[in-house]
Amino acid sequence: MAVLLQFAIGLVFGLGLLLSGMSDPAKVLNFLDLAGISAGTWDPSLAFVMAGAIGVGFAGFRYVLKRPQPFFADRFHLPGRRDLDLRIVTGPAIFGIGWGLAGFCPGPALTALGFGSRASLVFVAAMFAGMWIARWLAPRPALANFATPLESLES
Amino acid sequence: MITTTFTPLASLFGGALIGLSAVVLMAVSGRIAGVSGIAARLLPPFEDDEFFGRLAFVAGLVAAPVVVLLVSGRLPAQSIAAGSSALLLAGLLVGFGSVWGNGCTSGHGVCGLSRLSLRSLVATLTFTATGIATVFVVRHWS
Repeated sequence: MAVLLQFAIGLVFGLGLLLSGMSDPAKVLNFLDLAGISAGTWDPSLAFVMAGAIGVGFAGFRYVLKRPQPFFADRFHLPGRRDLDLRIVTGPAIFGIGWGLAGFCPGPALTALGFGSRASLVFVAAMFAGMWIARWLAPRPALANFATPLESLES
Repeated sequence: MITTTFTPLASLFGGALIGLSAVVLMAVSGRIAGVSGIAARLLPPFEDDEFFGRLAFVAGLVAAPVVVLLVSGRLPAQSIAAGSSALLLAGLLVGFGSVWGNGCTSGHGVCGLSRLSLRSLVATLTFTATGIATVFVVRHWS
């Protein structure tokens, strides 16, 4: 039951990505291209996606987190960390370079797989490889200043 | 470059669906709907027994365009300008960076900002800045 629900939740997420246009890397890149503001090619759609998602998320999380526990789990797994370490800057900095190169981030890239294009397959395969490398490297003691072992879900 | 049309209403409504999905996932499984976190935990080391729930979520993401195609008979626009080597490098950086920084556009951008997390704000500002810089270099320096 919970697994079927998670499929449906992923499906709604994917439909949201498709409806919002975020499954099209060109829209993402045209948002990130600030030179397009003066050139007249800037596409601010991504900001509207974030506004819609955060609007619902802000109200919804407040409501849901008042409940004693989730329907199909014993507790809410919320990120507990508040401190700013190096990793919260280096990780997203690296992520953003890849995002700007192709216009894909993980959600839209996985949804793009369903279009059946070879390009999205190449991206997703490389993405999983990158994830695997980071998961393998993160707990190394030599990298303690740059990385702490993966904690329970922050994201 | 490929020009795109500004779609304020569709994007706002699609974004609301994404937010709704994140809220329902929290209500059902108590988890943050961060796609990178969910996808990365399909790889070892396995920390818990929620592998199939995560796989189902990812399967739902992948199935979305198939459902749209079956219902409407056509797929939304999608133009991938990057070549194979750029896609390969971009995928590596996106995968590595999202795990290294504990989140991506959905985990930090949508869920983190909805929860008013300072770490997520720093992460979101950082990846938006390097994304903007990268597009600038790729499009206007070459």
